[in-house]
Amino acid sequence: MEVRELVKRYRKARADAVDRLSFAVAEGEIFGLLGPNGAGKSTTVGVLTTRVRPTGGRALVAGVDVVAAPRTVRGLLGVVPQRNNLDRSLSVRQNLLFHAAYHGVPPRVRRPRAEALLEQFALTDRADDKPDLFSGGQNQRMMIARALMHDPRVLFLDEPTTGLDPAARLFVWDRVRELRAAGVTIVLTTHDMDEAATLADRVGIVDAGRLLALDTPAALTRRLTTGAAVGEASLEDVFLHLTGTALR
Amino acid sequence: MRTERAAEMVRGPSGVLMLRSFGSVLRRDITVTGKDPVAFLAQVLLQPVLFLFVFGRLLTGLGYLSGGYASLLFPGLVALTATVTAIQASAFHLVAEFGWTREIEDRLLAPLPLWAVAAEKVVFAAIQALVAAAVMFPIGIGVLGSVPYRAAGLGLLAGVLGLGSLVGACIGLTIGTFVPPTKISLGFALIFTPLLFTSATQYPWPLLTHLRWFQVLTAANPITYVSEGMRATLAPAIPHIPGWVCLLTLTGSLVLFATIGMIGFRRCAID
Repeated sequence: MEVRELVKRYRKARADAVDRLSFAVAEGEIFGLLGPNGAGKSTTVGVLTTRVRPTGGRALVAGVDVVAAPRTVRGLLGVVPQRNNLDRSLSVRQNLLFHAAYHGVPPRVRRPRAEALLEQFALTDRADDKPDLFSGGQNQRMMIARALMHDPRVLFLDEPTTGLDPAARLFVWDRVRELRAAGVTIVLTTHDMDEAATLADRVGIVDAGRLLALDTPAALTRRLTTGAAVGEASLEDVFLHLTGTALR
Repeated sequence: MRTERAAEMVRGPSGVLMLRSFGSVLRRDITVTGKDPVAFLAQVLLQPVLFLFVFGRLLTGLGYLSGGYASLLFPGLVALTATVTAIQASAFHLVAEFGWTREIEDRLLAPLPLWAVAAEKVVFAAIQALVAAAVMFPIGIGVLGSVPYRAAGLGLLAGVLGLGSLVGACIGLTIGTFVPPTKISLGFALIFTPLLFTSATQYPWPLLTHLRWFQVLTAANPITYVSEGMRATLAPAIPHIPGWVCLLTLTGSLVLFATIGMIGFRRCAID
């Protein structure tokens, strides 16, 4: 996956939400986009998932241009959005089965796959319930399971553990690691330093739509530790060093 | 293997996949609405049935309206039921799904072109409208004793109702994508009431010559051509706009509202 000189300016906005952003993600890698609120992370994911039209630059998913061939790109990616968008009129199982059907997965494939994912995400007991009264953790598990129903090559996780309790967060992290082991490329946006440091192979720190740093979490913290007298730096120190401490 | 995969990517998803995907999205809406058919029918039929009872039976029975008024009213009410059902079905779904539940996002990320996701909403709303219109016939017989009907006019009936339902669904597509969710109650109040009373449902359009301004105003409402087309097919003895004029005008309205609605849908679906 590759982003080259990506620019996005929304209508009536005074500044670019994404300002000449460039990075590449290797196949099978977990790539973390780290940044404060409003840094341009979700806009970048929006462009890569064909829901935001870029103003300039190029974005390729599995080598396919998101603007030139959005339908093809949509077939290759899975998306777990920041906000719950589960189908509340359908049961958990139906959510998975209909999602696969939208992607043209035949019934003989989608039925056993749904059962396997329900099991993997500890949702079998609630499979016939509607997601109306689910907890945040259950909703998140369900959205990840749904996104995997069409066997995507790239999975986008937008703030995947925001608002989850520690057990639910660890559960999601374990599933993400399993997906990497299975060869799925993962792009996750987060402002949780632990999450980025623990899960991501490489981290891109963005602010005001620009890429400020891009490296492995260890290399980023090492660079700050050797560059300034801060003792043993954490990823949070790197983040604050690059983006500042002002509230926004 | 890699070459095949690359070729498949360049070619994009096949037409068969697109049809299968479109069918699944339509099946989802039918599954959800089909779970509670009584609620659906009560929602769409309560108002026209009461209209039919009060104006077609009660007031004619009391002698305030002539007995023939029911024959004039019934085709208009079938037209109104179809178009209003279609408008509400697509507008409400879109406002809710784009504005509150965000449920449509999963379908927007399917390997379907955007226009196909919008077209599914239109087709489903039109199906609901046709079901509601069809149910009006047995209800009309129950309330009025009989309803005007001509086997010879079946072709025109199908054309007018089919086009009318699609036009209604595209008006709903336009309302549902241009009116902000927070303003939808106001939007419906400001749009529906004028649509209801300028639709030639309760009066024949050609006889409005004594009130020219109102006749011109009524001619701007696409539902007028559904009402008049229904009279042309079910009760041709009542003065009406010729069937071919209705079909032509409805086709023009369909192109117009489908275009505007698609622009609105695209605006909501892509930033």
